[in-house]
Amino acid sequence: MNLKELCGILKCEVLVGEHLEDVEVEGVCAADLMSDVLAFTNAGSVLLTGLSNVQSVITTHVAEVIAVVYVRGKKPDADALKLAGQKGIPLLASPLSMYEACGRLWKEGLKIGSELGG
Amino acid sequence: MSDEVLFFQEFYITGGDFSSAGTVSTEIKSILKEIGFHPTVVRRAAIACYEAEMNVTMYAERGTVRLSASPAAIKVQFEDRGPGIADISLAMQEGYSTATPEMREIGFGAGMGLPNIKKNSDVFDLSSDVGKGTTLDITINA
Repeated sequence: MNLKELCGILKCEVLVGEHLEDVEVEGVCAADLMSDVLAFTNAGSVLLTGLSNVQSVITTHVAEVIAVVYVRGKKPDADALKLAGQKGIPLLASPLSMYEACGRLWKEGLKIGSELGG
Repeated sequence: MSDEVLFFQEFYITGGDFSSAGTVSTEIKSILKEIGFHPTVVRRAAIACYEAEMNVTMYAERGTVRLSASPAAIKVQFEDRGPGIADISLAMQEGYSTATPEMREIGFGAGMGLPNIKKNSDVFDLSSDVGKGTTLDITINA
C-alpha cells in the first residue's frame, strides 16, 4: 500500500507532503509514547499517534519512520509543521479514533511495523 | 577498521528547554549520515543520542555532548550537571521512571530511555555522582 491509498482509508487531510503515491508503507506503529516508538518501531513504518508536538516529528526523523498520521482529529503544532517541511516528512491528520484507524489498516493487510509484531 | 578520530564536535544542552529538545540529536544524525556511516549504524546512534538528550533536558541543569567519529566507531559522551542517579541498577529497569506529568505530556518519561540507549549501543558506560551529575559514554560500532 502506498501513502496516498492509506490517506483514503483513514480519511486523512494532508498537512505536509506531496507525491504520496510514491511512498510505500511497510508497516504501522501506533503509540503516544515516543520512547516506545524509539524502542520498538521498524524503519519504513507509518506512525499513528495522538501526540501533536514537535517531538512526534523529531522521533519520526530519528527512527526513520516515513510519515505521521495524527488521529482523533488532532493537528500538529507550528514547530512540528515547520520541522516536517524541512525534513520532508509527510504529516497527515485523520478524524478517526486510534482504534478505528488501526482496525482499518489491519483489515487491509498492513503489517505491524514494530519488533513486537508476531 | 581504523580508530583514528576523523570528526569531533561538542554540543550543549540546556536543562528544561523542551522547545529545543532533540536538536542536538537531529544534528548528530545529519553529521553521521554525511560522513557516510551505514544507515543502520546512523539510526542506532541517533536513537541512543535522542533518548540521552531527552534525559539531560528532562533531569539536568545543563549538559555537554561530545561526538567523535572514526572509521571503526561512533563515540558519544553526555556529561551533565544535575541531581545525578542514586540507584543506577534501578534506573536501568524498563518501566522505572521518576518523570513528571510535563515530561510524559511530550511523549517521554516511560522508563524506557536508558534500556533503549543500551540496546542501541555496543558499549554503554553510565556513572553518576549524586548531587553533582551524570556521565554517559556510549559507542556504536561502524
